[in-house]
Amino acid sequence: MRVLMLDQAKCTGCRACEYACSFEHTGKFNPLDSRIKVNEFWEDLTFVPSVCLQCERAYCEEVCPTSALTKNPETGVVELEKEKCIGCKQCIVACPWGSIKLDHTGKEVIKCDNCGGDPACIKVCYPDALSYEEVEDITNVKVLETATRLKEIAKDLVKGGA
Amino acid sequence: MIKGGFKGKLLRVNLTTKEVKSEALNEEWAKKYLGGRGYGTRLMLEEIDPKVDPLSEENKVIFATGPLDGTLAPSSGRTMVITKGPLNGAIASSNAGGHFGPALKHAGYDMIVVEGKSSEPVYIWINKGKVEIRFAREIWGKLADESDELIREQTHPLAETMTIGPAGEKLSRISSVMFNGHRASGRTGVGAAVGSKNLKGIAVRGNEDTTVADPEAFMKAVYKARDILSKDAFAGQGAAMLGTAMLVNVINGVGGLPTNNAQDAFFPEANKISGETLRENHLIRNEGCAECPIACGRVTVVKSGPYKGNIGGGPEYESIWSFGAMCGVSDLDAVISANHLCDKYGIDTISLGSTIACAMELYEKGYMPKEDAPFELRFGSGEAMLKAVELACKQEGDFGKLLAQGSYRFAEHYGHPELSMSAKKQEFPAYDPRAIKGMGLEYATSNRGACHVRGYGTAVEVLGDADQYAYEGKAALIKTLQDLTAALDSSGICLFTTFGLSANELAEMVSTATGFPIDAQEFMKIGERIWNIEKIFNLKAGFTRQDDTLPPRILSEPIKTGPSKGHVEELGKMLDEYYQLRGWDKNSVPTDEKLKELEVQILK
Repeated sequence: MRVLMLDQAKCTGCRACEYACSFEHTGKFNPLDSRIKVNEFWEDLTFVPSVCLQCERAYCEEVCPTSALTKNPETGVVELEKEKCIGCKQCIVACPWGSIKLDHTGKEVIKCDNCGGDPACIKVCYPDALSYEEVEDITNVKVLETATRLKEIAKDLVKGGA
Repeated sequence: MIKGGFKGKLLRVNLTTKEVKSEALNEEWAKKYLGGRGYGTRLMLEEIDPKVDPLSEENKVIFATGPLDGTLAPSSGRTMVITKGPLNGAIASSNAGGHFGPALKHAGYDMIVVEGKSSEPVYIWINKGKVEIRFAREIWGKLADESDELIREQTHPLAETMTIGPAGEKLSRISSVMFNGHRASGRTGVGAAVGSKNLKGIAVRGNEDTTVADPEAFMKAVYKARDILSKDAFAGQGAAMLGTAMLVNVINGVGGLPTNNAQDAFFPEANKISGETLRENHLIRNEGCAECPIACGRVTVVKSGPYKGNIGGGPEYESIWSFGAMCGVSDLDAVISANHLCDKYGIDTISLGSTIACAMELYEKGYMPKEDAPFELRFGSGEAMLKAVELACKQEGDFGKLLAQGSYRFAEHYGHPELSMSAKKQEFPAYDPRAIKGMGLEYATSNRGACHVRGYGTAVEVLGDADQYAYEGKAALIKTLQDLTAALDSSGICLFTTFGLSANELAEMVSTATGFPIDAQEFMKIGERIWNIEKIFNLKAGFTRQDDTLPPRILSEPIKTGPSKGHVEELGKMLDEYYQLRGWDKNSVPTDEKLKELEVQILK
């Protein structure tokens, strides 16, 4: 199973992911219709992307009165069935992250569906702040980065001990 | 009928009468000049007398997007500020990255035309098509980034902003306009044009879609362009890794880095202020403007020493050069701090660094009385450079006030205008024309005054295949690049895309976005048309062939050291050929035939 992975340290704040996402779902460009959002902290020049985390215990699913939201056990994606959605917005209230939202018309609930297994956002993220990875691999890069630092220390330690 | 790319509407705000109205975009102009620089210049020709005082109520300031703003086209976040330039009175357009342009499109407008003058400080709040002119008494006097924060507090936390700093308020002729508090429309003194209207800022937020005429073909063109860029040595690799500062060692390496007010063009300590050193010691992260795969922007911090903790965007290559090599300064901490200070006060880093270098030469040569300088103004002193930046930013004392008017006025005040390294009173940037021949022609003929982004010959002469010292073929090269960048500046995307993209790819994106039948040839013709109407504006403003020139030093004093030692720039070898290629007469006036061919003869 693959999941969307975010790396805040690499995000350059260009928001191409928002445009790719909105185009993928509507054929138009509108950041308000994007399922992914880049949050900007101009005072620190820091950028933090956020997207639906497809929670294991999905409150949006639990609160949905019409079962329009269901977690797909195979893909791990909490799927939204448009036809069943009555627009009550309970899922928006229940989501702890703000990752499920209304589109720019204010009438339709939208959420990340991993583009059915081929996320558009990944394709335009040149700094690799977004990646779509096998669950087993998601922290490999971080582990390796830490290990690389530790390796240098380990090398010094050996020298000291010899 | 507008099919896509454009929103089809412009917003007119009159600050004298407080009247606000929305107007349909002139479609014929959109076809002939696209948006941004082209459309804006056409509008200025229609609506103002080119002879007006740039700081008077009669001047207008246009904030314009292009048809690619607000789409997924690479690096499509440019906002163009068009006005009659306060620095020299020529037609000025100065653009910045960030996210303001796309936000304006989402708010429903292609451009904002600001007219008149408010009797007291105001800012404009454009929220989903609704427009308010609000008092800005408490924001006036604040730094650009502080103003950005305050305006967002008073409007919407996710609004995108344009603000000016104290330099623009006090009408410094080298002041800039800042977007998102840290992205600068730096050149030509546009900040003073905004300040003269008592306009502190604009905040924009919208909820509309931006659409393109042929979505499928457009996205195909966009992905192709993004792919080409990612593989390009400069745009895809060098600039991402080192920012534009990667050029410090490159340009110094070919002996073309103007040093000590261009008394030389080789800086032995260049490596201390290089992109490599910046990455090693100061870089926090890369920053990209809207939809940009290149992300040449830097976020940097000074980690130790007297300027410790100084954090902000940049510095770009040009700023590193102007505060560094041009002032003989190799202290990168001081250079970074100077750059951050300029962004806060809203002043052009290229012009200010170069003005300080000019002051240093006047001081050292004794042309400027020692008592006029508040401290020792020696080349190589980072401390003196930074103190001078602070005085200019704050316009403190006669010295600070004079610096803030640019090198030409500074040098003229002391009777030595020839020591101002400028063309049409605008300071030239970090490429010495004696070493990179085409750049001299580019500076001399640039309609807005000396400038490197009106063609960017360096891309071909140093980073590409052309011989940097050859004169042959340079007139044609510069003309082509000038036309290309004029059209590009009007489409809403960044000049740096031209490192990888040709007119073919650019035309493909513009035509699929707008639905206008624009191929590469037509794209270049649009550029040529824009170049010619800019020239017409300048002729009407009183400029002549005599203004298409370079500082005497560049034409007669050979470079002293380094790989380009012994070279001077022989502008005469290129200028007549250039006019001929342009279809202009010897006095640089476009011929009737040329204007007829470009369908702009009515403007002459």
